[in-house]
Amino acid sequence: MSARDEILRRVRSALDGVSPVVEVPPAPRAPDRGDLADLFAERVADYRAVVTRCAADEVERVVRDVLGSARAVVPPGLGLDVPGALIDDGLTAAELDDLDAVVTRAAVGIAETGTIVLDHADDQGRRAITLVPDLHVCIVDASQVVADVPDAIALLDPARPLTWISGPSATSDIELDRVEGVHGPRTLHVVLVG
Amino acid sequence: MSGTFVGMPAFPTAAREALGDTQLRRNLAHATRVIRDKRAQVVAEVEDWEELRLAGAAVKEVALRDLATHLETLEASLTRAGATVHWARDAEEACAIVASVTKAHGVDEVVKVKSMATAEIGLNEALEAEGIAAWETDLAELIVQLGDDLPSHILVPAIHRNRAEIREIFLRRMGDVGRPAPADLTDEPAILAAAARTHLREKFLRAKVAVSGANFAVAETGTLVVVESEGNGRMCLTLPEVLVSVVGIEKVVATWADLDPLLRLLPRSSTGERMNPYTSTWSGVTPGDGPQEVHVVLLDNGRTRALADDVGRQALRCIRCSACLNVCPVYERVGGHAYGSVYPGPIGAILNPLLHGVADEQTASLPYASSLCGACFDVCPVRIDIPSVLVDQRAAVVDQHRGDRLPKPEALAMKAAAWAFSDARRLAWAERASGLAGRVIGRFSRTSLPGGRAAAGRLPGPAAGWTGARDLPAPPEESFRAWWDRTDGGRR
Ligand code: SF4
Repeated sequence: MSARDEILRRVRSALDGVSPVVEVPPAPRAPDRGDLADLFAERVADYRAVVTRCAADEVERVVRDVLGSARAVVPPGLGLDVPGALIDDGLTAAELDDLDAVVTRAAVGIAETGTIVLDHADDQGRRAITLVPDLHVCIVDASQVVADVPDAIALLDPARPLTWISGPSATSDIELDRVEGVHGPRTLHVVLVG
Repeated sequence: MSGTFVGMPAFPTAAREALGDTQLRRNLAHATRVIRDKRAQVVAEVEDWEELRLAGAAVKEVALRDLATHLETLEASLTRAGATVHWARDAEEACAIVASVTKAHGVDEVVKVKSMATAEIGLNEALEAEGIAAWETDLAELIVQLGDDLPSHILVPAIHRNRAEIREIFLRRMGDVGRPAPADLTDEPAILAAAARTHLREKFLRAKVAVSGANFAVAETGTLVVVESEGNGRMCLTLPEVLVSVVGIEKVVATWADLDPLLRLLPRSSTGERMNPYTSTWSGVTPGDGPQEVHVVLLDNGRTRALADDVGRQALRCIRCSACLNVCPVYERVGGHAYGSVYPGPIGAILNPLLHGVADEQTASLPYASSLCGACFDVCPVRIDIPSVLVDQRAAVVDQHRGDRLPKPEALAMKAAAWAFSDARRLAWAERASGLAGRVIGRFSRTSLPGGRAAAGRLPGPAAGWTGARDLPAPPEESFRAWWDRTDGGRR
């Protein structure tokens, strides 16, 4: 018998006589916490990401200021002029490692947890570009911010690869002291628009 | 390479050694207190935490009770998404699959995301035997691996090491396996983390094959989920050309929406954060993005044995948050190594016997590694009633060893207790006798318990096994019942 058939046979025999019916109570919803963009900005900052709020016509300037002299890569569909930035056309990991920053948009923001979710569409690019450079500038529109995790799950398409980001990379592996910045971008700068 | 747990002594012996290590006890007490406090704070933020726990337990239970159906669905959706699905009955089969995929690409190294399943099957050692180096990339796992050490906590495997020890390990060992630590390395956590970043980056950039586990596997969509903090997971899941994920069959949830309560419960219970820094999800192969060859190994290795246990089945709901370790008074004192398994603490005390049975002495000792205080159940995000399973596993141990030639002193003591408790007069008599013993032990005691109560450090004869691992409090000279009679319940 193949391993597959053997395991499925064991599972069936283990559950012989066990009813598959389970009552699933609905997961509770977080209470209304007022303005979502405010809460989002506060919670993102809680995890020591930098948050800048601005109007739609200021985004280009804000991004330029944040980048300074950093050499950046941008996804092909960013829809924003970032002077001097390289447009990703399949750069290798080593080439990305030579760059300082990446500028992307996001798919969803989650207010309750201060999370941004990337679904790696054209305005966010391949997973690698938001991983290797040390500074991630992420532009989130206030209209993209939802209240809590279940709202995000309902909007996101599981067929796409997703990256949920809550603050810069961190570790607490040494005496439970939190250190920001291990392998992912050590600085996360969220530009919240509107 | 890191050590193995094979041949570990039974819990009482291992625990005694651990208790003698004051550095270990200090590291553990500090670390568990920090995580406990962080968890309590973020859990208190969620008004309906209880309802969330009920929902989390239910979605895991749904998947477990119809597991064959969900596994077949998972296999079909993974295949549709371009992944290759393998099945492994046991550790050996799983390791052989990973080794053969690696060899097919002609490489002699893999990078690894921290994964309990691959630790459980001893993958690193199996790959090493095939001439393949497995690089752990989680900071704590790296510390354990470089220190030739064993993990002692599910979430923070190097919880037993302090910063000075870690600095010493990095200085001594990093150069042997790759880029050395800078000579002026200090014991600042940020500096140590930076040394790990530099050491591992060259490995990430050149790795062809990565190995991961998964926190969840969604049957309906063929999606795997990895929850992490450092970004080493993202590196492994994104940069290499080939990805092999070893996934226990109990990781399945039925639908995409089922992730909701679990993704809310896990970070708060685990690291004490509203959300962990990074969660990655992927469904098979995405053209032009990430690994273009994706394998998933569905692992049994005792899980179907646990599934068949009506009381113990709930242990398979475990999402490995480690909250039960951090609140356990036994774990806090003895640490993870005494449990002799990659799954320590309260969950290990039930999971190991359920996965492997209680025939061997080491596993049979685990259900006793608890005071049944119930703190583990209270914090468990998926409401696993660990105390009840412990009691049930103790019964299993007694049943298994009923035929052994010598009865266990515990069994004799329990029999005597049952005899005494079943009759009030006998109980009064037994209490008077124990009051006498109390006066004797009080006089000869060599040790005392916190609070100054006298205790017998080690009794001779058949009770030696019991007192070998516990200080037996000297029975009080007057029992509660005698005190009640004498004082009319405190009124006289
Ligand atoms: S048993 Fe519960 S508390 Fe313990 S690790 Fe598993 S999910 Fe967490």
